[in-house]
Amino acid sequence: MKTPPRSHPLWLAFLLHRLSGLALALFLPVHLWLLSQAVTSPATLDGFLAFADHPLAKLAEFGLVFLLAVHMAGGLRLLALEFLPWSNRHKTYAAAAIGAALFLSGTFFLRAI
Amino acid sequence: MTTTPDTLRVTVQRGTASALRRETFDVPAYENQTVLDVVTWIQQMADPTLSYRFACRVGMCGSCAMMVNGVPRWTCRTHVKKVAADGELDIAPLRNLPVIKDLAADMDPFFDKWVAAEARHHPSAGRADGFDPVTPQEPARAEADLGIECINCGICYAACDTVAGNPDYLGPAALQRAWTLLNDSRDADRDGILTAVSGKGGCHNCHSMGSCAQYCPNELNPMRAIAGLKRETVRAAWGRKRDA
Amino acid sequence: MLDLKLYMAQRLSALVMVPLVLGHIAVMIYAIQGGLSTVEILGRTQGSLLWFLFYGSFVIAVSVHAAIGLRVIAHEWGGLRGRVLDWLMWGIGACLFYVGIQAVFAVSLP
Repeated sequence: MKTPPRSHPLWLAFLLHRLSGLALALFLPVHLWLLSQAVTSPATLDGFLAFADHPLAKLAEFGLVFLLAVHMAGGLRLLALEFLPWSNRHKTYAAAAIGAALFLSGTFFLRAI
Repeated sequence: MTTTPDTLRVTVQRGTASALRRETFDVPAYENQTVLDVVTWIQQMADPTLSYRFACRVGMCGSCAMMVNGVPRWTCRTHVKKVAADGELDIAPLRNLPVIKDLAADMDPFFDKWVAAEARHHPSAGRADGFDPVTPQEPARAEADLGIECINCGICYAACDTVAGNPDYLGPAALQRAWTLLNDSRDADRDGILTAVSGKGGCHNCHSMGSCAQYCPNELNPMRAIAGLKRETVRAAWGRKRDA
Repeated sequence: MLDLKLYMAQRLSALVMVPLVLGHIAVMIYAIQGGLSTVEILGRTQGSLLWFLFYGSFVIAVSVHAAIGLRVIAHEWGGLRGRVLDWLMWGIGACLFYVGIQAVFAVSLP
């Protein structure tokens, strides 16, 4: 039974930050391209927005908002770690970042459905 | 072959980098036994060609670190009972370093990076001068004191996934030593240290994943030291005066 | 693979985006109720200097931030290095900035 040297809270926080950042960076060009269709081809955007009314799309939107919120909250924690006086409570802060992200994305989801 | 409760089943990585293999040994289990005791038993009783490294056996010299069941540990202070409840041990040389042979990792890259990080003393006084007293209450001295118990064992370096992904990264140990020197009033090359830790493999590559602090056998926190270096390099770049 | 300059650009763009992301999430929570439409989006943003500046600075910051972030991932997980890595970073930043500024113009020009 091997325990990898990384299944501890701050490493998981790192992984979440990296994966959320990667996912957001991949999503971003699509998001921006769709918006740029607003004037030249409103039908494309409206067609997509209609598709986004589907319950599954709402769930995906919730996921995206969570990724954005958790990347921001986790990033704030890293900025605090690097630029504020040292604190020994970073595991707590990492958990709080996830909590805040769930709250924001949950609020979005409840308004969306 | 079945493993009886009074026998440990120990898998050891053998060979050189060009031909790695794994060998399994049955080693008698004792009530009190360290992982280093197990490795020594194999070398003395089963296979005298087994290469490994140790010196002090009391957790001071930092030479016996190995991967034990996937975790980097100082083997002389690691009790078998705590890490192998099921009687199985998997022992390999330290991660993120080249293998010389069997359990002996090549520490050269590790110590080359200490030099590259300017993690060495830069004298500020000659032998005729008086020396700065060490004042434990002074904040910079207190910050330095947090990191000076490092025994250069390389466990943080082996635990760090930033090192694994970025071979140029100086790593937690070298950067922590640079931080202690930066906070040492007797060190004369503050700018040199800040420049050395600001290059392509410097402190800014750290992702604060904290495996260094998690696995440091002396419970030091290189992540904290590296955060301090990031702060000081940014502060220096913005031309502000140090307030530490 | 970051040196001090890239690190500072990464952290500075992050700092700039904190209020922008909070604002963006607030707008999403406000706007999502009852579904979205092109008319609704344009009605909010078209001809507004404030939204132009808001999303314009967002696009600049995110281009910098994502380009440097992907550079690190490409190096650590993809093994890219040297000139290829530099080109990749600048390429990603330029592409994101291009599509981003197109989108900002599309929704905010009167």
